[in-house]
Amino acid sequence: MPDARRKAAALVSGGLDSMLAVRVIQDQGIRVEGLNFYTGFCVEGHTQAIRRQDQAKEKRNNALWVAEQLGIRLHIIDVVDAYKDVLLSPAHGYGANLNPCLDCKIFMVAKAREWIEAHDFDFLISGEVVGQRPMSQRKDTLPVVQAESGIGDLLLRPLSARRLPPTRPEREGWVDRERLHDFHGRSRKPQMALAAHYGIVDYAQPAGGCCFLTNEQYAVKLADLWRSRGERRYELDDIILLKIGRHIRPAPHYKVIVAREEGEGNFLHGYRKQYWSLRPLSHVGPYALIDGTPSPADVEWAAQIVARYSKGRDAPLVTVVAQDRDGAERELVVRPLAPAEIPAEWML
Amino acid sequence: MTRVVIDCRRLLCPMPVIRVQDRAAAMRPGDELEAVCTDPGALNDIPAWCRINGHAVVEVRSAGGEHVVVLRVAGG
Ligand code: SF4
Repeated sequence: MPDARRKAAALVSGGLDSMLAVRVIQDQGIRVEGLNFYTGFCVEGHTQAIRRQDQAKEKRNNALWVAEQLGIRLHIIDVVDAYKDVLLSPAHGYGANLNPCLDCKIFMVAKAREWIEAHDFDFLISGEVVGQRPMSQRKDTLPVVQAESGIGDLLLRPLSARRLPPTRPEREGWVDRERLHDFHGRSRKPQMALAAHYGIVDYAQPAGGCCFLTNEQYAVKLADLWRSRGERRYELDDIILLKIGRHIRPAPHYKVIVAREEGEGNFLHGYRKQYWSLRPLSHVGPYALIDGTPSPADVEWAAQIVARYSKGRDAPLVTVVAQDRDGAERELVVRPLAPAEIPAEWML
Repeated sequence: MTRVVIDCRRLLCPMPVIRVQDRAAAMRPGDELEAVCTDPGALNDIPAWCRINGHAVVEVRSAGGEHVVVLRVAGG
């Protein structure tokens, strides 16, 4: 009989695997609470919240939603600052883009270990499946996560447990190993079957990964940010802005961020005290920010770019209001650039 | 009863939830916490967080691009 006095914390991403892992352990009568780490790069919410065309759609935070379906408490932990070291110098390197998945996993498990120690929980579970992801979920990297995070054999992966050496919760009989699973590889069929078994029909299916660092276009913009600054550093605002608008870099010392629709424009407007901003006056057109240290000529050039995305793109001249960080405004009358005058390399 | 207002304007989800969670942890049962947000996602996320943690949502209102959620911290 499993030991119902034991308490487990679970890494809850909002995807199906962590949802199933929790269900399997709950099935053994064990109390589970969820932990969700917010790095700033999580796919959750952001762009949905910003883009107007999505505003009619119901928005939900998948981790919260999953916790509610499972009837567990969820603790969302802000690791934005601590995560910088992980991303900037991952000991195990990056995956296909700027995703430091193995270091990321080690970091999150280490944070979860601190949490279970502080809150008197017995062990940790995760929805990892052996062989499912190329970097962090290989049979040879799972033990690395255990060793380097310091969690040791208190980390149980209920979906793959029977393919892995017994952990302490199994050895001591806190959970019944026979009722855990032996999933492996990239096929999602066993997960879908288990979901059906539990009557779970609605779940998020993140494509590729849980964060923007696996996204090629995003990684290009992040690498550009570092290159242009001459150093690898970022603030939360920087990485959020990378998710919004068209990013156009005419020169290393500045780039223009042009809203693609009204919702993005409203959001960018909130940054007008931190950045130069531009908005067309004579014609309907997008709100834009200039990130960097533009000269007066650069501001004018940026205004020509913004004019190109306004309804006045075919007009001979467009008036654009430029505002500096102190709120001082000036009107610029500019010729909209032709699409051919914006080289492809400028578009990040 | 204490009532605390926190400014979550311009924060994107899940930051408003994190702010509410961390502030509520330091409050007493029956206290009220009002979060002023601009991300409409907070209208779903904060009440969802309240439901799973047993706190009561006592008011939700939106006006002028701002969304306000008021909750009462659960007893005991
Ligand atoms: S996809 Fe992102 S959040 Fe997920 S393990 Fe990799 S780096 Fe971490």
